[in-house]
Amino acid sequence: MAPEATTPLKALCRDCTRRFRADLTRCPKCGSPRILAHAELDTLEIAHIDCDAFYASVEKRENPELADRPVIVGGGQRGVVSAACYIARIYGVRSAMPMFKALDACPDAVVIKPRMELYSQVGRQIREEMEKLTPLVEPLSIDEAFLDLSGTQKLHGATPAELLVQFVNKIQTELGLSVSVGLAPNKFLAKIASDLDKPRGFSVIGDAEKKEFLAKQPTSVIWGVGKVFQAKLERDGIKTIGQLQLKDPTDLARKYGAMGLRLAKLCQGEDDRHVSSNRGAKSISGETTFNTDVSDVTQLSKSLWALTEKVSYRTKKAEKSGRSVTLKLKTADFKTITRSRMLHDPTQLADKIFRTADDLLHNVADGKMRFRLIGVGIGDLGPADQADPEDLLDEQAEKRAKAERAMDALRGKFKDSSVVSLGRSIKSPSKR
Amino acid sequence: MKVTLERTELLKSLTHVHRVVERRNTIPILSNVMLQAEGGNLKLKATDLDLEVVESIAAMVETPGGTTVPAHMIYEIVRKLPDGSQVVLETSGDDSTMEIRAGRSRFALQILPVTDFPDLTAGEFTHSFTMTAGGIRKLINSTQFAISTEETRYYLNGIYMHSLDIGEGLRFRAVATDGHRLAQAELEAPEGSEGMPGIIVPRKTVGEIQKLLDDPEVEIKVEISETKIRFTIGDIILTSKLIDGTFPDYERVIPKGNDKELRVDRDAFKEAVDRVSTIASDRGRAVKMSLSEGKIVLTVTNPDSGSATEEVAVEYDNEEFEIGFNSKYLLDIAAQLEADSALFTLADSGSPTLVRDEGSDEALYVLMPMRV
Repeated sequence: MAPEATTPLKALCRDCTRRFRADLTRCPKCGSPRILAHAELDTLEIAHIDCDAFYASVEKRENPELADRPVIVGGGQRGVVSAACYIARIYGVRSAMPMFKALDACPDAVVIKPRMELYSQVGRQIREEMEKLTPLVEPLSIDEAFLDLSGTQKLHGATPAELLVQFVNKIQTELGLSVSVGLAPNKFLAKIASDLDKPRGFSVIGDAEKKEFLAKQPTSVIWGVGKVFQAKLERDGIKTIGQLQLKDPTDLARKYGAMGLRLAKLCQGEDDRHVSSNRGAKSISGETTFNTDVSDVTQLSKSLWALTEKVSYRTKKAEKSGRSVTLKLKTADFKTITRSRMLHDPTQLADKIFRTADDLLHNVADGKMRFRLIGVGIGDLGPADQADPEDLLDEQAEKRAKAERAMDALRGKFKDSSVVSLGRSIKSPSKR
Repeated sequence: MKVTLERTELLKSLTHVHRVVERRNTIPILSNVMLQAEGGNLKLKATDLDLEVVESIAAMVETPGGTTVPAHMIYEIVRKLPDGSQVVLETSGDDSTMEIRAGRSRFALQILPVTDFPDLTAGEFTHSFTMTAGGIRKLINSTQFAISTEETRYYLNGIYMHSLDIGEGLRFRAVATDGHRLAQAELEAPEGSEGMPGIIVPRKTVGEIQKLLDDPEVEIKVEISETKIRFTIGDIILTSKLIDGTFPDYERVIPKGNDKELRVDRDAFKEAVDRVSTIASDRGRAVKMSLSEGKIVLTVTNPDSGSATEEVAVEYDNEEFEIGFNSKYLLDIAAQLEADSALFTLADSGSPTLVRDEGSDEALYVLMPMRV
């Protein structure tokens, strides 16, 4: 929030972390105009941290020549924009926009295929830094998380706000990435705050002004209010959160069910969800969209194997195993077909996942039906220690498992490797 | 069609046949049971296209004829009719409904034409023999638990039955396995079973036959071809397709060279395993079995809940070692054992273990150890 220098507010310099009176517009020490001032600055403890144009920023960091050029990260001719840098955004490029539209809007853009391996590695580095601040880090995705900083002041000798400023500067200098921070009394407001003056933003929403602030916002800022629900609310004459604030909670609950109850609380800026660090993944999956629709079962099978290897690789890395295998296909006319199968034992082996998924594939694909997308995932995740017990009947399975583990070991050794399973000429996951 | 019959008789027969009918069907007629009145009998037939059950019961036939009605519905209706009542089944003049009348109750069910009802053409059977209900039940009960549910290895989704000469006469053997445990049970081969093809009887069929076996002394006629099996149990004929696949060479799996023998009181062992596995999650955690002279120690550790330990006295005088088994599999096998004493034959902590009743070769169980 913009600081209002009326009463003696507390202020903090975002560049040198100097504290000073809030009636100044520049830092008395370093002269920076990037100051943070808010009456509740030292009492708010819930933060939402979000990286700015994460994939694109990582790519720019990796290749400084791209610094002043519009960069779009996204896949293939038929893919969508995964991330667009702020220069590309000036031309109107947005996340999730089809690539051809994005290139219409910004023909000079440099398009980069996503390097998920790299992003997740950087994401992990950022997460590690977050975890130095508090154990209560709740990741929402690879590049954003909620932090509960309550009770950390004594430990760090700094208030949450000071700590966050130090964190932002550290990520900027050490990792070369910019992040935006929202600091608020709860998760709902923190998430809204972090989005307020991106990029390199730091916004504070306090208890005092939360209601007044929300009143002006459209209902769509509420998590869970999508296009359809927003349209429904609009039909009922509700466009802003302010209008929601005037409604009786019982009426809202009656009209919109459980969602109505949530709305009644959230519109007042109240959110009692805790920041919880143990939101483990529920499934591990991968999918790919073809450049042209595919009907050939052998070719589908090949793509499936490549995806399976990735899924298996990630499963092993996370020291997990899954008991269900799901195959996902999208037909040329955008119908999604999913088929799942429970396994007898949890697995993390590409061989086992592939055999199951390929069997499912052969039940669906008939060589005629054309597909634009194929995906595979494992679910019902558990620990790795009980996975893949030896099989009485299938001696080959144990051999294949050993071969796979040996290849995994080699891949680990040579990092970017050309270790390829025999007869399945697929690029290794990290090689592009 | 118009028939009158005893509610009890009709209910008994419907109980037998309606189970075959799947609750959800894409083809409407598969939800129906076929009724055919002829001579002094009412014939009931139900199928899921893989399995067919036909039963004939005595009835007073006024007008011969046939129809099909929703199987689960007629079963529920007849079940709720008062005991001892006479039931009249009569199709309407325009063949659109069938009436069920009993006492003051009256139902009209929509029907589908009998000509549309599928027939599981059995073809020629190549082998025919009789077995007692008790014998078949023994084979099924000893092996059923080990049938695999894994669809990818569909050829394990049933019980493999074949006859073989093991030197001391021809045996009839049933085997089921899911890759983690294997169960084998055998009887003296009935006359007529020699040279029969090895067949895989699907799980659902196994379950249905099991429910039709009442009196253990009853002789049951079994007919077999390459693709089908038929059981004739009194007035009931059950015909089923077989699983079209090759059962793995299971004998390779049965350990021959295990040299460490362990004898344990079956009940003491079963109860101890049952107690310690309370700690295990439902996923079937490992029970660690530590063998030493004269005793085994069973341990289950579950990081989410705690641990359990129990000592059981055994006859064992070989080297000390530890081996882990899935607690559920161990319980399944313990439940099958019949003799007072169970005999474990082990090799080492990584190799399959053989379990059987002390002093009997009629059934044996192989168990793959788990890492502990």
